[in-house]
Amino acid sequence: MAVEEYWAPVSLPAALEHLRGGDVTILAGGTDLMPQSHAGRVTFKRGLMNIRRVPGLHTIERDGDGVRIGALCTIGELLRDPLVQEHFGILAEACDHFASDQLRNAATIGGNVCNASPAGDTLVPLLVLDAEAELASKPNGSVETRGVPLAEFFVGPGKTVRAPNELLCAIRLPLPPAGFVGRFFKFGTRPALDIAAIAIGFGGVLSGNTLTGARVAFGAVAPVPMRAPRTEAAVEGAALDAAAIARIAAIARDEVRPIDDVRASAWYRRELVFNMTKRMLDDVAQA
Amino acid sequence: MSLKREIGFVLNGVRTRATVPVEMSTLAMLREVVGLTGTKYACGEGECGACTIIVDGLSTCACLMFAVDCEDRTLTTIEGLARDPLGVKLEQAFVEFGAVQCGFCTPGMVVQARQWLEAHPHPSRDEIRRAIEGNLCRCTGYVKIVDAIAKVAREDA
Repeated sequence: MAVEEYWAPVSLPAALEHLRGGDVTILAGGTDLMPQSHAGRVTFKRGLMNIRRVPGLHTIERDGDGVRIGALCTIGELLRDPLVQEHFGILAEACDHFASDQLRNAATIGGNVCNASPAGDTLVPLLVLDAEAELASKPNGSVETRGVPLAEFFVGPGKTVRAPNELLCAIRLPLPPAGFVGRFFKFGTRPALDIAAIAIGFGGVLSGNTLTGARVAFGAVAPVPMRAPRTEAAVEGAALDAAAIARIAAIARDEVRPIDDVRASAWYRRELVFNMTKRMLDDVAQA
Repeated sequence: MSLKREIGFVLNGVRTRATVPVEMSTLAMLREVVGLTGTKYACGEGECGACTIIVDGLSTCACLMFAVDCEDRTLTTIEGLARDPLGVKLEQAFVEFGAVQCGFCTPGMVVQARQWLEAHPHPSRDEIRRAIEGNLCRCTGYVKIVDAIAKVAREDA
């Protein structure tokens, strides 16, 4: 369908007003929307709304006991941000592995989240960091917001719980507890511009060789980027010796639900999950 | 019939207006509406960097940017670097080191190197390779391109 209206609103209420009817394609960095629309994978809706001028979507700031990252912040801005570097090392690491300089300068975190690719580079670290999506809408004339834990945000490839009249305004990240360690790993065939064959992230509070408050997430091994509760339960409080690490890695291999595609077979993805989970836990246990 | 918008922006130092379909890419606008063909179309998906331009001081792939999003922004293309001292040095170094074979990736390489050297004036070779990770060259094997960029970085240091 051809676009019938184009808007570049300069306030959040104006943007949400345009969204009320719901038949709107939202444009931020454009790095997913442009190739997807050219390839016919995405059809433009009646309205096209460029949200670049909406104020308040482009800052990274302390917010209570966490940090609020505006949806329009680019991957490059996250990578260079002192708050992200200080508190969310695995997110900075994922941003460093993200595509190329040119794409990091344009792609936004809100776009990466709303595009909801099972292989989205920032999504695994965001899941490990207990991120929450801040959604705004204007159903009855006034702006309403709701928070959705990112673990409940994705419902399928390219599909999220965001309603058509809602705008993703920000990602909120609680500050990790004292002693938190995190690890991130993305497997691809070359360092740059690669879509992950698998991605693994985990974190927890390290004491001796045990992790508590364990959080484990996987990318590109299921229809959605996923938290892995069974693997988390196995990690929680376990003395990370060789036997325990092998047992946890086997649980992770069973818990993921990969498919065969052009990047890797399901079997290969499972073996990667097993081997890399083992290697990463070894690394943490020796830290 | 596509919906069109008239937009204004600064292109290579010149205030410019253009009327573009709202779905059009900045690359298509530069080549087909404005008529500057130095910026190349190759993959159209942000994988190759042949269409690299500088927008508000940062490099980006013109093929992924919506033309309507250029409104009120400042763009520099390879044509604009003909009047830029660092751009000229890079172009001369590419010639001197034979960093050009078919030449199709060259505008994107030079624009990316130009933008990146401004922010990182003293790069190592590894850092230079990292800087051009988003630019594909299928001819040279990159060694001469890295040589050319390294020479300009040394001279500017």
